[in-house]
Amino acid sequence: MHLEMIGITVLWTFLYGYLIVASIDFGAGFFSYYSMLTKQEHIINKVIDRYLSPVWEVTNVFLVFFFVGIVGFFPDTAYYYGTALLLPGGIALLLLSIRGSFYAFANYGARKSKTYLFLYGMTGLFIPASLSTVLTISEGGFIEKRGEHIVFLPWELFTSPYSWAVVFLAIVSILFISASFLTYYAYKAKDRPAMEILRTYALSWSGPTIVASFLVFVSLARHNPQHFARLMDYAWMFGLSLLFFLGAVYLIWRKRSLGWAFVLVMFQFAAAFYGYGVSHLPYLLYPYVTVHSALTNTTMGWALVGAFIAGLFLLVPSLILLLRLFLFSAKYVQGGK
Amino acid sequence: MKAILVWIGGSIMDPLILSRILTAETLGFHIIWATIGVGVPIFIFLAEGWGIYKKDPHYILMARRWTRGFVITVAVGVVTGTSIGLMLSLLWPRFMQLAGNVISLPLFLETFAFFFEAIFLGIYLYTWDRFKPIIHWLTCIPIIVGSSLSAVFITTVNAFMNTPAGFTLKNGNTLTNLRPLEAMMNPATPTKVAHVLSSAYVTAAFLLGGIAAYAIMRGRTEAYYKKAVKLTMIGGLILSLATAIAGDLSGKFLAEYQPEKLAAAEWHFETQKRAPLIVGGYLDENNQVRGAIKIPLALSILAKGDPNAEITGLNDVPKELWPPLYVHYLFDGMVGIGFYLIFISGLFLALWIWKRGNPWHPWVMAGIVLAAPLSFVAIELGWIYAEVGRQPWMIRGIMKVSEGVTTSEQVGLLLTLFTMLYVALAVIATSVLIRMFRKNHPEKELEERRIIL
Ligand code: HDD
Ligand code: HEM
Ligand code: HEM
Repeated sequence: MHLEMIGITVLWTFLYGYLIVASIDFGAGFFSYYSMLTKQEHIINKVIDRYLSPVWEVTNVFLVFFFVGIVGFFPDTAYYYGTALLLPGGIALLLLSIRGSFYAFANYGARKSKTYLFLYGMTGLFIPASLSTVLTISEGGFIEKRGEHIVFLPWELFTSPYSWAVVFLAIVSILFISASFLTYYAYKAKDRPAMEILRTYALSWSGPTIVASFLVFVSLARHNPQHFARLMDYAWMFGLSLLFFLGAVYLIWRKRSLGWAFVLVMFQFAAAFYGYGVSHLPYLLYPYVTVHSALTNTTMGWALVGAFIAGLFLLVPSLILLLRLFLFSAKYVQGGK
Repeated sequence: MKAILVWIGGSIMDPLILSRILTAETLGFHIIWATIGVGVPIFIFLAEGWGIYKKDPHYILMARRWTRGFVITVAVGVVTGTSIGLMLSLLWPRFMQLAGNVISLPLFLETFAFFFEAIFLGIYLYTWDRFKPIIHWLTCIPIIVGSSLSAVFITTVNAFMNTPAGFTLKNGNTLTNLRPLEAMMNPATPTKVAHVLSSAYVTAAFLLGGIAAYAIMRGRTEAYYKKAVKLTMIGGLILSLATAIAGDLSGKFLAEYQPEKLAAAEWHFETQKRAPLIVGGYLDENNQVRGAIKIPLALSILAKGDPNAEITGLNDVPKELWPPLYVHYLFDGMVGIGFYLIFISGLFLALWIWKRGNPWHPWVMAGIVLAAPLSFVAIELGWIYAEVGRQPWMIRGIMKVSEGVTTSEQVGLLLTLFTMLYVALAVIATSVLIRMFRKNHPEKELEERRIIL
């Protein structure tokens, strides 16, 4: 495999990891807040807290890994995206900071406060919206190179139907992923009332997810026909994704094998995410930056790959330990110690 | 007056100045929490280990309470760190584009260190009663390794900016023949890493010791507090000596590789042998040193370890490459605080061990309380000295600060937003911490856990 393909595959995989773990986290924040408004928080918050408390910092590192990695493997992206995205990137960062710190304040600090929960819940919707626009921007048309200057065109972004379709998709996917995971977690915790509520959340967000995906397809066809054509070459991956989705919804609806249902949801997003990613290549930023043009020198590239492999040896066992302690330990999940 | 207004007006427009302010502010803020993040796990580890060994529940409780506070500070460390990580690309895109080719390896490795730390922090926090004490104690080690290694890796990046290495420069702007490991192990790395780590550990010692000493000053008499002061002051003396030694080695490093930085800190203009050390004072309009204490030969000894050694002065450096001369005060402040830390922890230990006088005298306790904020001041002074002393270079000899900056016009807005964020975080984090510990006195906890006082 070529170096650039290894690099982008590793990074894309971490972004996918972030997509899943962060979705669970973002959605949980929203559900926490929503359940407080509807006075059901006593039912579902225990489940949410038990899962989130030990893992929130790990979630954040997935994102850090991605943006440090992309600048490492493809330094040119720092220049193009960095110059153009100062404001949107800064705002996403601001929201992330508010969210992370307030989670800790609310959770480890002495008291629960409505303001903290509100901030925690709302940022959970705005962050994915702002992060997903980076993918929108990568489609081209929103960053222009004029001579030596890189110019960002916020108005174009703001008025583009494609951009709004992506934001919509990001938000509903998060709620869907999160609800289907938490349904499973509540089920493992043998917490029936919580499971029932979360299951209705999962089912009610499944429809919008499909509608949003459809909208993204349609609007991409208009926004970047060339990419859309390449997307069609991988149509089978999206078909597969749809099948996984239908399987997951069926299982959740019948309340059967909820663990597998969540695995299917993960597959659903994996198929769509990699399908999108592969058809996006070779561009990192259409039409200026490709994986070939932006690649760091080979020495550094291989050093990074080496570091990555060494790092995995450390990381994978630790992650497994973490999951065994907090996700697959029936005693912990059910509220034992 | 008009000149000042024009200057301010110009600055509001100038992405360079705004970017510098925002970077300095973010780093200066992050470093407070990051230092706690690097240093405190060591003391949690010591307290829990000692408690298990001595079967003394006081120390276990100490470790528990420190951990609870630690989580809050880590959270702020994580979010501000994430901010810097992204901001480096947003504010200094040209710098990251160039440096990314040489120095992305340690940045990448750093994220693994974070991962490792984050995973075990989650485990450590939620397994107090789940694991056997020894096992639980051992899960602290990966936290120490993870946080100290992140400090090591990031410091190598900063060291690279001071003494770039591991590449060949072609046509003045293309880097070829890259050697990532050599870039990481550049000449500044060993002394910088040693000094950054030891100073983070020492700061944690005085932070924790200062809190316990404050309780004693306020009239609390439980053995719990005295044990905390003893533990942290033993660590504090050893580590402040180590910090001073590492600082001395940093000075020797500067004399060899970055003479202009040392010369600016010492107001050392003429290259000369048997150079004196200048403490305090001010400069008149002809750059003559006034009102300073001069310690004969001391600069030659600090810089080269030999009273006869020749020390390069600023006049041998082109004037446009001089760092700002106010760094002298920063350096003096840091070194002064360094000696104060040695003095106060030494005094306490001497009184305690030789049983002369009263080590718990309110004045001694007040001295330890004062050392806590002072050690943070020293951290800030040290970093500002190290960074401003590199001016006008961003990567010394390769890229000036003005060449690395973004061209975006919106830095001002971002600066305002983040300033508000940091103020809010500082206020809320402090009040959460205070509330957390006020509501839960150790006395109360000891009683609840049925530990006999
Ligand atoms: C508790 C904090 C603390 C204390 C007590 C000291 N330092 Fe320090 N110093 C730092 C915290 C620090 C730092 C924050 O860690 C710096 C900033 C950048 C760096 O590499 O370390 C630093 C930098 C720094 C540098 C510049 C290194 C460079 O730019 O490459 C020198 C020469 C010294 N120190 C020397 C000393 C001496 C002789 C001390 C005598 C006791 C001393 N420091 C105490
Ligand atoms: C990898 C590590 C670091 C990088 C890449 C870095 C980069 C930078 C950059 C780009 C600037 C603005 C340009 C300049 O004035 O030189 C700056 C300034 C500054 N940094 Fe660092 N820095 C690092 C470590 C730190 C740390 C850990 C601190 C801790 C406090 C720090 C403190 C400062 C301060 C106070 C300034 C303002 C200097 C001024 O007024 O110009 N730096 N740094
Ligand atoms: C330019 C300089 C720096 C950058 C870009 C940077 C980057 C980061 C990032 C991205 C994080 C968040 C990681 C996570 O999500 O867990 C972080 C946290 C952290 N940083 Fe920094 N950092 C810088 C300076 C420093 C310095 C100088 C130190 C040590 C003295 C340090 C020590 C830490 C530690 C220990 C954490 C973990 C959080 C904690 O335990 O408090 N960082 N940093």
